[in-house]
Amino acid sequence: MTTGAVPRLPSTPFARTVWMVLRKDLTVEMRSGEIAYTTLFFAVSCVLIFAFALVKEGRAPDGGAAGILWIAILFASTLALGRTFERERQAETLRALLLAPVPRPAIYVGKLLGIIALLAAAEVVLLPLVDFLFTARLFAHPAWLIGIVVTCTIGLAAVGTLFAAMLVRTRSRDMLLPVLLYPVVVPVIIAGVQGTSALLQPAFDVAVVRFWLLLLVTFDVVFVVLALWTFEAVMSD
Amino acid sequence: MPKWFNPAAILCGLMFVVSPVLIARAPDESAMGMVYKIYYYHMPSAWMFLLAPLVCGFSSALFLMRGRAEDDRRAWAAAELTVLFGALTLLTGPLWARRAWGTWWVWDARLTSSLVGWMIGWAYLILRRYGGPGSDKLAAGVALFGAVNVPFIYISVNYWRTIHPPTTVVPRLPVSMGLPLWFCVFAFLLLFVLLMTMRLRLEHARTRLDALYVALDE
Repeated sequence: MTTGAVPRLPSTPFARTVWMVLRKDLTVEMRSGEIAYTTLFFAVSCVLIFAFALVKEGRAPDGGAAGILWIAILFASTLALGRTFERERQAETLRALLLAPVPRPAIYVGKLLGIIALLAAAEVVLLPLVDFLFTARLFAHPAWLIGIVVTCTIGLAAVGTLFAAMLVRTRSRDMLLPVLLYPVVVPVIIAGVQGTSALLQPAFDVAVVRFWLLLLVTFDVVFVVLALWTFEAVMSD
Repeated sequence: MPKWFNPAAILCGLMFVVSPVLIARAPDESAMGMVYKIYYYHMPSAWMFLLAPLVCGFSSALFLMRGRAEDDRRAWAAAELTVLFGALTLLTGPLWARRAWGTWWVWDARLTSSLVGWMIGWAYLILRRYGGPGSDKLAAGVALFGAVNVPFIYISVNYWRTIHPPTTVVPRLPVSMGLPLWFCVFAFLLLFVLLMTMRLRLEHARTRLDALYVALDE
């Protein structure tokens, strides 16, 4: 009997659970492609609508690209979050996950990483698209751009994953997710928009970008810690 | 109602009757004249608007840890007060801003974070109203994020370039202005405690009534 085909699992129970939840989500998504394709199509449609509405005679409004990028990501994330947990509800797999003798925060981290992976896939397409349609020079400072995009996505996904998981057993979940999510993530989106806008300025000021990046890191730390603690408590029934 | 409630309610009413007299007798501000006096109601309501989500978040954390219904009821009452005092703050602020800054609203850090805090209060209440069974725990999760926003609102004027006055204004006020201000702060604080007590009492009575209905059915 050979063990060569079996992937090596992380040694600690926490990391192992995170990896298994993440791998399960990614495997389901690789096979169906449902959430990735619909989220991407929706986000691209959003950007195109903004481009039709705002770009006149080949000229985009000043500072519009950053806002449109993050609005599209925010809307797309709402769709992805709702659908990810709807899938868990239909198959009752969330109940199975919660009944499993594993650390609950590990389940949250696994789901969070899955959502981040989905949003990252959408952003890989959205960033060049916004750069092209709005002549925004988004990639002039790629390292800073990656920092802003990664931290903003983590902040957005950290709250979104928690709220989507909380609402999975609620009857009006589709309506309530944006109602709860948007007010809480507004500071993250503002910091993301301001940081991205600072990257697009002709006179690039590294201190301004660093400030918004540090603020996003602060939001990420606070939101992830709070969500880790809250997930355990609100999913206990 | 507790024994202290009626005397406290009378005292609170008297304080709100007396407060316009004290405010009227306070000296005018050099740049804005009389219009700045909206500040005497704006700042106390803003402080209660900061206090309410903290009470809501702290009670929600206790509810998530201990599961006691009274913590949940306190959180719910505090969320309603967040919305109430948030509305007062967000109404009186623009009245002051129109005269002081020449505009009703600017998207600076203090105003934006305050609006976000008010929206989180609304989100909490919407979840309680339409979330169905189990929404108490879910709303408690939302309340924690609302409480985290409070320090951000408070420090925002010190870290961002904003036209909103910083937090250092109050300690520097002369006695003639500080006295009516602290009088109004205590009046609003008393109002906060009274409203909270009334709301808790109402919710307690509702819970008892529900229990009686269940007992009657059985």
